[in-house]
Amino acid sequence: MSDVNTAMVEKYRNNFLKEVANNVEEGEWVRMCMQCGVCSGSCPLGPHWDHPPQELFMMIRANKREEVLTSNSMWMCTSCYNCMVRCPRELPITHIMHGLAHYAKRLGIAPKEQPTNKFSQMFWNNLTKTGRVNELKLGLALYFMNGFSEGIKMSMKMRSIGQGMALTGRMAPMEIFGGHGVKDQKGFHAMLKKAEELEAARVGEHV
Amino acid sequence: MAADKKIGAYICKGCGLGERLDCDQLEQMAKSEGKAAIAKQHDFLCNQDGVDMIQADIDNEGITHVMLGACSRRAKTDAFDFEGVALSRANLREGVIWIRPDTDDARETTQEMANDYIRMGCAEAKHMNQPDASGEQGLTKHILVVGGGMTGMTTALEAAKAGYAASIVEKQPQLGGITAQLFKRIPVRAPFLAPADSGVADLIAEVQANDKITVYVNSTVTRTSGAPGRFAVDIAQESGSTVTEHFGAIVQASGFKPYDMSQLTEFNPDNADVVDQLGLEALANAANGGAIKRPSDGKDVENVLFIQCAGQRSQKEGRLSYCSGHCCSTSIKQALYFKQNNPDTQTTVLFTDLRTPGAGGENFYRAGQDQGVTFLKGEAESVTAGSAGPKVKFDNFLLNETVEQEYDLVVLATGMVPNSGPNPYLAQEVAQAKEDKKDEQVIVKMEALLEKEEAKDSVLNLDYRQGTDMPHLVHGFTDSHFICFPYETRRTGIYTAGPVRRPMDIGQATDDATGAALKAIQVVENASLGRAAHPRSGDLSYPKFRKEGCTQCKRCTVECPFGAINEDEQRYPQFNEARCRRCGTCMGACPVRVISFDNYSVDTVGQAIKSVDIPDEYSEKPRILVLACENDAYPALDMAAMNRTEYSPFVRVVPVRCLGSVNTIWLTDALNSGYDGAVLLGCQKGENYQCHFVKGSEMAHYRMSKIGDTLTQLNLETERVETHEVSITDIQRIPEIINDMAATIEKVGMSPFKF
Repeated sequence: MSDVNTAMVEKYRNNFLKEVANNVEEGEWVRMCMQCGVCSGSCPLGPHWDHPPQELFMMIRANKREEVLTSNSMWMCTSCYNCMVRCPRELPITHIMHGLAHYAKRLGIAPKEQPTNKFSQMFWNNLTKTGRVNELKLGLALYFMNGFSEGIKMSMKMRSIGQGMALTGRMAPMEIFGGHGVKDQKGFHAMLKKAEELEAARVGEHV
Repeated sequence: MAADKKIGAYICKGCGLGERLDCDQLEQMAKSEGKAAIAKQHDFLCNQDGVDMIQADIDNEGITHVMLGACSRRAKTDAFDFEGVALSRANLREGVIWIRPDTDDARETTQEMANDYIRMGCAEAKHMNQPDASGEQGLTKHILVVGGGMTGMTTALEAAKAGYAASIVEKQPQLGGITAQLFKRIPVRAPFLAPADSGVADLIAEVQANDKITVYVNSTVTRTSGAPGRFAVDIAQESGSTVTEHFGAIVQASGFKPYDMSQLTEFNPDNADVVDQLGLEALANAANGGAIKRPSDGKDVENVLFIQCAGQRSQKEGRLSYCSGHCCSTSIKQALYFKQNNPDTQTTVLFTDLRTPGAGGENFYRAGQDQGVTFLKGEAESVTAGSAGPKVKFDNFLLNETVEQEYDLVVLATGMVPNSGPNPYLAQEVAQAKEDKKDEQVIVKMEALLEKEEAKDSVLNLDYRQGTDMPHLVHGFTDSHFICFPYETRRTGIYTAGPVRRPMDIGQATDDATGAALKAIQVVENASLGRAAHPRSGDLSYPKFRKEGCTQCKRCTVECPFGAINEDEQRYPQFNEARCRRCGTCMGACPVRVISFDNYSVDTVGQAIKSVDIPDEYSEKPRILVLACENDAYPALDMAAMNRTEYSPFVRVVPVRCLGSVNTIWLTDALNSGYDGAVLLGCQKGENYQCHFVKGSEMAHYRMSKIGDTLTQLNLETERVETHEVSITDIQRIPEIINDMAATIEKVGMSPFKF
């Protein structure tokens, strides 16, 4: 993936704004930002971001490619859509945030330890295995995300809920062994492979 | 009272007046004390029957003066419009019953109030005459336009389209002004996406083809005398010949010049690759749609920075403190010159506040963004020579960092400096500042400014006692009030339009030109009938003066806010009636009271004040005189009445044309005849004035600052007279001011001058 990153750096050099417009989902909207700051003011998590949306857009214009793409800010977005509803220029800010996160991920430079990034990868891995989400495994993986002892502590804390869910048939303990999946798993994997090829081709077009 | 005056007094019983007041008593009052020949009551005076009754008396009984005891003089003016008679009105509705409670306790004082207003109305009527048109009527409706740029040409064309002949005087050898130097203009038509053709060539052709328009190029105005409807103007041509032409009105559209960028030393103005906006227009014209090349080495510009507010919106010495309004849109337009030739050109606009006024402004801004113009919020610190081009150091406000970057070309958005003539009032202001013993440094600054002003070429060369040019409002712009009275300069019949009036772009200047053309038409039409132009449009009265009483003190000529009064050879004031706005500031100024209007004079108001019944000292019924400006304070009082806001029953309100028309004799007489207090209500004065007659309120405040001496001489407390600045929205504050005065009187006690 870092090949793509190098290629992109090479291709767009001093024009990160153009790179974003061409490669990031809804990225062509970034240039329409008028820097009013309503998005940053509206974001419920804004105070906890290193760079709120308005600042991210400014950084894109100022060619701060590395800082933007390795930032954990856009990963903080909870999709509440406050910014998007309020933007006087009607920018799809929420979508741009996800677009930026996705683009950074694709280039392989997204912050690896960012919890949303980590969990999203976990979810994807879990889902693509059988075509169905294995909730038990996903839940456990989430508990153990931050290390073994943390995982044990969390599991103990949640024990009674887990038992209750098992008793009422809300959670199948046997899922721990393989678990259920879609009927045509072979076809499902072929489909994902094809999608990946298409995506790679599309990205390649821009490299 | 002259024998041919016959007063008819009519008392309305509608709107609750009949129930609240003893109208028989009012009728009796009009007859006995008001000396009305006829006094009648009517249930509903403003309906057709009531109006017909009055008209019948005018026709059959020879009534020459009508006194209406009904609603405010601002109400029902359409119904009470009688030709050929003088009209006064006693405000019984808004002035009495609506501001008093309907209780048994209040009945007596309410009736006294009404009685007094009837007495006052009759006294006013008795001393007024029906005004007839000024003998000094306009002779020509030809309109002169000084300046042949976009504004001037549009003004001439608009006037011509409305059927009025126009002449353009242009200093340059050709028409077109600054617009002719532009490659393209900011779009004024939807969808506002791209720079548009300026259309100046078409406009010049249109002007030249119009047989109602005469054009003088290479010409200047060397002398302007006269008044609206009969200005005599000397037009000097470069060849040396001078012609004298007559005009009805003048529009000054002398435009602007760009701020001198060489003063912006921090931006390296000597660098060939640092240009101002007009400099870039020249480069764009040279490229003519192709790649714009930078001046130093002819390289295609690939990376350009626009620095907004260069030398503008700055409090630094020698810089422009104001926003010129057009520069943001102009920079967007210029950035698009580059983008349209090569979309990959890096164009950056460095701004602190981006403002794109006008209908399409926001769309044009979006169009700029959409086409890839980058907008950076920040401020340039300096420009120096870099290795590959000018190097700019700037603060990026959003990222809170200072950046240094090289560009191929830097464009400075410098502002507009109006092409106005020297400010006629500056010398007076300097003298005043010296007299007031202002701070030494302030005076030095003012004197430096005065020197600069006096070095300026006059645009109009007015032959007025008050100076050669239009008075300035702020920063050298020649207006009287940007919001309340646009175009209306302080010289009647002369209007300013375009960037000499306030900073603006072509689109706004074109609109402005149309407005000025309409104002010019308004004044020539009114002048031709011997009437006031504005704001008292259509007023027939004009100042008359008794020459034998005049002491040639010159106060009227100096204090007239509109430069209407010259001095004749014998040094008597010469009233140029068509220049007059009928505010009465001269009447208020005159120490010997020889100036008056037919329907508004020292007597009409003075006698009304004196006609009020003054109860004796022990009655606990003080009398407070309120002189209220009829433009703002009086309507505010009417509105307070509509809200049924109660105030003291001891006030007697007299509307005045402007507080500037208040002659101190009214106050001296009032206090001498037993009034306990007086309140003067005028408009806001000073720098952000709202006075409809510019200086009237200020003059009044100045004169009233001396009233303390009079009070002391009379052995009266100085608290008894107050002057306030109010606005039309002060509908709660004014009743409070009145009640406060009533409370003050209660505190200091009744006046000892009651007889």
